Order: sequence, then structure tokens, then C-alpha cells
Amino acid sequence: MTSIDPTLVEERPGDRPPILDGPNDYASVTEDVCRIAEPPVTQTPKGWLMGFALASTILLVLGAMVAHLFLTGVGVWGNRSPVFWGWPIVNFVFWVGIGHAGTLISAILFLFRQKWRTSINRFAEAMTIFAVMCAGLFPGIHVGRVWLAYYLFPIPNQMQMWPNFRSPLLWDVFAVGTYATVSLLFWYMGMIPDLATLRDRATSKVRRLAYGIFSLGWTGSNRQWHRFERAYLILAALATPLVLSVHSVVSFDFAVAQLPGWHTTIFPPYFVAGAIFSGFAMVVTLMVPARQFFGLKRIVTVRHLEAMNKVILATGTMVGYAYGMEFFISWYGGNPAETFTFVNRAFGPYAWAYWIMVSCNVLAPQVFWFKKARTSIPIMMVVAIFVNIGMWFERFVITVTSLSRDFVPSSWGYFSPTWVDVLTLIGSFGLFFTLFLLFCRFLPTVAMAEVKAAMPEPGHGHAERPPAGGAEPAPEGGR
Amino acid sequence: MNPEHAPGQGPEDGVHAVVAEFSHPHDLAAACEKVRDAGFTRWDAYTPFPVHGLDDAMGIKPTILPWVVLAGGITGCGGGLLLQYWANSIAYPFIISGKPMFSIPANVPIMFELTILLSAFAAFFGNLLMGGLPRFSNPLFRMPRFRRATSDRFFISIERSDPRFAEAKALLSGLAGAVVVEECPVDTSSDEIPRVVRYTGLTVGLLALAPFFLFFTARNTTSTEPQFHVVPDMDFQPKYKAQTENDMFADGRAMRLPVAGTVARGELRDDEHLQDGTIDGVWAKDLPPSITGDAAFMARGREVFAIYCSVCHGLDGRGDGLVTRRAQQKGLSWVRPTDMLQDTVRVQDIGQLYGTVKNGIRNMPSYAAQIGVRDRWAAVYYVRALQRAGYASLDDVPPGERAKLEKKGDD
Repeated sequence: MTSIDPTLVEERPGDRPPILDGPNDYASVTEDVCRIAEPPVTQTPKGWLMGFALASTILLVLGAMVAHLFLTGVGVWGNRSPVFWGWPIVNFVFWVGIGHAGTLISAILFLFRQKWRTSINRFAEAMTIFAVMCAGLFPGIHVGRVWLAYYLFPIPNQMQMWPNFRSPLLWDVFAVGTYATVSLLFWYMGMIPDLATLRDRATSKVRRLAYGIFSLGWTGSNRQWHRFERAYLILAALATPLVLSVHSVVSFDFAVAQLPGWHTTIFPPYFVAGAIFSGFAMVVTLMVPARQFFGLKRIVTVRHLEAMNKVILATGTMVGYAYGMEFFISWYGGNPAETFTFVNRAFGPYAWAYWIMVSCNVLAPQVFWFKKARTSIPIMMVVAIFVNIGMWFERFVITVTSLSRDFVPSSWGYFSPTWVDVLTLIGSFGLFFTLFLLFCRFLPTVAMAEVKAAMPEPGHGHAERPPAGGAEPAPEGGR
Repeated sequence: MNPEHAPGQGPEDGVHAVVAEFSHPHDLAAACEKVRDAGFTRWDAYTPFPVHGLDDAMGIKPTILPWVVLAGGITGCGGGLLLQYWANSIAYPFIISGKPMFSIPANVPIMFELTILLSAFAAFFGNLLMGGLPRFSNPLFRMPRFRRATSDRFFISIERSDPRFAEAKALLSGLAGAVVVEECPVDTSSDEIPRVVRYTGLTVGLLALAPFFLFFTARNTTSTEPQFHVVPDMDFQPKYKAQTENDMFADGRAMRLPVAGTVARGELRDDEHLQDGTIDGVWAKDLPPSITGDAAFMARGREVFAIYCSVCHGLDGRGDGLVTRRAQQKGLSWVRPTDMLQDTVRVQDIGQLYGTVKNGIRNMPSYAAQIGVRDRWAAVYYVRALQRAGYASLDDVPPGERAKLEKKGDD
């Protein structure tokens, strides 16, 4: 699917609206996107300031919690025998999962030539980076003696010790580290041309200098574009298997252990589907208010949101299938410990968490079978938030129920979080939203160059296709 | 990279390039074909987004970037394998649940991640460096009109360094759709780094070296000062250790002594026969009354003997255990342990044998620390059996077992 040509669109059964709403040309796209980042500091919108004040206050709470943890020790958390992986690991998996949508939209949809991605990819990539930062925080502070966190990496040291490369936990370090790095490169590289746009429009010296440094002297030369496009394609092709590998490796943390409820081969695909699911829900959660607030409705249209809701429906149903299949295998496999674990999940002391998970993740997205629900802003907002909650509970259910009741009843226990656990989780949202608001305020929130490349050429009007033959000048080359 | 005129030393007319502006990408593409066909070499088109078909219109050859990325990927994959092989099989081999020191499947995830990581670095940095970026100063940035090249306008620029530069302006002016044709002046601003930046950079650079210098000196000198603990970990704990002072107690000791008359569990010494093997200072002739010499006790004695005694004395007690044989083989000066079957030992009371185990004799050390009281008795009980077996006749064998022995003898 390539065309956004309305004449063709009318012939389609789905009667698909164009990618952008209303009359647009290159200048209007530039203007719509850049004016968000351009007001001088004194004219910062009030709403943004209030949001930023709130988010940075919550970030301070995170800072206080982390400081308290460092000075006192991991005993401030609810992690204790038998549940040594409590909320920190739940939060880690939760945030890493959210961080999957960005690269999926940027890389996989790019390879599939889904041009609607251009309006939301920058946004989703930024979300990915910030979510991965939140995710990276948790294992980092979970190691106990944080000043020894460098043990995680294969660094030559005076003890001549090396990490165990056969451990999934070390694979995790490499997978998440690579993912964070590649996502950052991908995000930044895509942003260079748009930073150059901001540089060229800058009126103050400071802005010109700052955007000038980060745009690296980009001119938009076609010799640069030629290589840039090739590099972007390669990065997309690299990021696609990477995004599938990351949550697979995260799932190995559990699947390679021999604990009932963890030791299952379904984990890698199940985790990846869940990650895409939660990531898309988070994009919708953020995109809906952002497009409203920053006046991006013409660029991020209901069509984009609807497409994301379809992905949420599909991945949510996959996750539901995985929940069902886990039960089937626990019965079919005939391992009493395994059977017990799953019955215990649904009907044991954590049944409340299990059923929150099922209703939020499996039942809530089913409303998206109806177009009315898929295109209704309030409904999609509610469902997306449900999915965010449900996916946090999924990780809680997996981590805590299995650990709290393993093989030996004498070692069973019940996990209770402490106030530090709760405030650290809330605080991580402060980190996420602080970074996100800074991004919205100072960086190009929409990939302008990509949107322009996917637009019909304005000089030729909407319906008209440029003459065929010779060099095809229209930016339609994505077939 | 373009051969630049050094800033401030441009040609006399001060022109860096001729630039034509277009408002439509299709005009630009058509114009590019003309410029390409006219034989210009040092020129470029500037667009706010990648215009498809322009590469052909300009005659740009495919980039070699994919090969650079391939090289990066191979380096990552091979480097990942070598890193894991070297670290876990050579530099720091340790056994985890009997897994092999090196096995490809366990190494695949990290090889994969490093392949992606280094490929991505190659793609990103290759793209930048091959395109001559970062390049913060560009004469084109001095043209106010050129700022729209990143928003909604399209440009062609032909540089002075092109051999056919003289024809450039005429060609560009005649192109369809060219809105404006202008000359881009040479950048005449100074290329000197501002003094503030230079000195700040120098100072910061020198200060950044200071920690390395300190580490280096600390590693290569000795000091009488105690080690500096950045993070105390558990080295300093709020507790008293054994043998230290504590003025809370009258005797000034941190350790408390047991109450007078305290006896540790199992240490009560009230049975001379059992514990010392003597009765009123004379070697006992029998097992202590608290021990019954039955088959189970004999089996236990055999076990204890095999573990502790047989290594020197041999399984049959004749003094040719593994250690003895090995020492003799190596020609070491080794006193052969006593043959337990010789008469001087056979005549000893069982209490005396017990005393030997407990106290040691000549070169044999005391085994009191290794063998418990009951096990010592079991061992000597078994020694008695060995001694008897060494001088046994067929009459000593129970009638039911005799047939077996006789049959064996026939073979």
C-alpha cells in the first residue's frame, strides 16, 4: 500500500482518508511542526509549564527514592524471600515493553512501506528512548551495591574477573544496551534533517548554535540524502530483528530459569507481542493529548490512531491466546508443579492481579472490532490506559506469583510492596514525562522531511499524478 | 570532500558558488538532468526531503555504505564470539552446572546483539563521515535564501572549483522553473577558534587527565597510610570482633567467657573407658559397656577404617596403603606404617589400639579431631577383625561359606 492519492482512495472498499487532513504544502508542514518548538522561553505555553512542573516534581520523588535506596540498601523494597524479584524487575519489563513500539513503527512499518507511520514515528521513537531509559534504571538500581554495577559489563579489571556469558542476565545487558544505543542512533539520525530545519528557522543566537551543533551542518544536499536514505534503510533492517530479539532476551531471564510458570518456550513470542501491545497503547495514550495540545490534528489524524488501535487489537488478542495456551500446556504437559502454578495464578492469592490483567489486556481491546470504538477519542484513550495498567499487571503476575509459590510449600510467601516501591514506580513516570515534555518543547515532534516525502506534490494538486516517464519527481517512490 | 578555499583567501571575485532556487521538485529533477548532461562535476542539489528519482537525474553512483555496514557486522559477530571464547574459556574459565566452557548456542545472543550494534555504528558514523559531516561552517549558510532548503525550496549549486564554472550561471539562468539565480559569496569570516574556547578547552582537557595521573601514581608507589575507602561496603561494621577491647565490661574484653563449669555439647568427659580407652589408667580389654559390638558396628568400623586408616595402612592393615605405595614408588624417605597384623600389635588390648587412634603414636598423628568417639571404637573393632582374619583357618569360616572358598581354591 503506497498511495495517498484521493482518486484511488475513493475506489477502495475501506474508503481510506488521506494521510494528512486539510490543505497542506511543504511550508505548512514545516510551520505546523516547528512552531511547537519555537516560542521563546518567555512565551512557553502555560499548559506545558504546568505539566513540566508536575512531571519534574515526580522526577524529584524518584531521585529521593533512589538516594534513599542507595544510602540504606535494597531492604527498603518489598523484595524478600521468596520473592527476590519484586517491583523493580516488574517495572523493568514493563518499561522495556513500552519501548518497543517506537522502533517497531520506525523500522518494521518503514520496511513494509506503511507511509502513515511518518506522522507518528518521531513521537513513538522518542517515547521508546525515554521508556528504555526508565527501564535501564531499574536493573541498575536493583543490583544492590550500585557502585559495582560495572560488573555487568565485560571490562578488564584488577581482579581479572569476567562476566558469565552463558547467563541470560548478561544477554539482557547486551540486548537492552544495544537496543538503547541503536534506538538512539535511529532517532537522532532521522532527526538530523529536521534539526537543520529548526536551525535555519532559528532567530536567536543560542537556538541557532544549539540546533546548529546537533544538526551537524546538514544542508539537505542530495548526495547526503542519497547516503542518508541508504543508511536509514539499513538501520531499519537492523532494528527490525533487534526489536524482536530484545524482548525475547528479556523473556529468557524467566524462561531459562526452572521455576514453574517461567520455564516455558512460549515466552519469547508472547513477550514480544505483549511489548508491541503495551508500546502501542502508550503511544496512543501520549499521542491523543499531544496532538490536541500542540495543534497537530492535521498531521496526526484519526486514521493514524485507528491504525494503531488495530495493532492494539491484534496484539492484545495474541496476548490473550498466549494466556490461554499457557493453561493448555500446563494441563497437557502433565507436570503437577506447572499445573499448580497456573491454577494458583488464576485462583490463588494473586487471583485479583490475574483477573485485572485478563480484563485489561484481553477483554478491553475487543471493543476495537467496531470502527466506532476505533475512531472514538475517549474510548481509545480509556482502552489504552487499561492496556497500560493490564500490561504492568501481566509482568507482576508472571514475576511474583511464580516466585511466591514454587515447589516447596514451606518456602511460600506473599509479596507486599513498600511505600518506596510505589513511589519509585510513580517516580519513573516522572522521569518519562519530564523527558517527553522537554522533547515536545524543543525538538521536532514530527518527522517533517518524511511527511513531506510522503505528501502529494502540492504544485500538482491532490488528485493529479505527475507525468510518468523520465525522472519521476513526485515523492511517491516507495513502491 | 570539496577542496575548499581557505576562508579569508577566496578568489578575487569572492564567489563560492552559483545557486539556483526552484519551488517544485519536478522542476529540480529536470534541471538536474540538464546540469548532469552539461558535464558539470562539482555541483549538488539541495532538497528539504529525499526526492525520488533525483539520484538518477544527478547521476549519483550507489553508495558503498552497505559494504561498510557489512564489515561492521562481521566485526561485531566475530568479535562477540572471540570475546566470549576468550573471557569464559581462557581468561576466566569457571564451571556453571557442568556446562561446557565454550558452546556456540549460549554465545549466539551476544554475537547477535554485537553484530547489530556494530552494524548500526557503521551505518550511522559511515553515513556521517562519508558525507563530510559534521561540517559546521558552510558558505551556503551565509545565504538567507538558502535557509528554505530545509523547509520548502529546492536548490542547485555549482561550485567555483568546477572546471566549467564559467558557464554555470548562464546554464542555471536558462533552466525552467528556476525562481532565482544568485551567487554565493565565499565565507570570509575568521576560522580561528575563539580564545575563550581555546583556553577553556585546554584547562578542561588538562583537568580531565588529573584522575588518570593520580591513579597511575597510586598504583606505582607505596604508602604507609591506610587504604582510602571510597565505598566502605561491609569493611567497617558497627560490631565488636573477637579478641578486641570493649570497656562496657569490667574485664575490658569484647568476648564473653562461658559461665564457670560450662560444658559444650558432647564434650562431657565422665566415662574413662569410653573416652580414653582405659579403666583406672590401665588399657581396657573390651569395648565399653555402652557399645554393642554387632554386625552393624563392624560395618561402620570397616567404613571408618576405609576412610581414615586404609590410605596408609592399606585395606587389609598390612601397611601398604596408597600413600605408602606412592611414597615408595617415588623413592621418598617414608617410614612404612606399622603392619597391624604383626604380633606386637595383635597382643595389644583393644583399649590400647583405641588410644593409638585417639592420641597418635610415633609418626602417626592423633585422629581425635577427625574421628568421633564411637567411630574410633568401631575402627579398632574392625582392626581386631582384620587381625583375626589374617591368621584365620578354614575352621573360622562359618560352615555355609566354606564351600565357596573351597570352590575358589580349585580354579
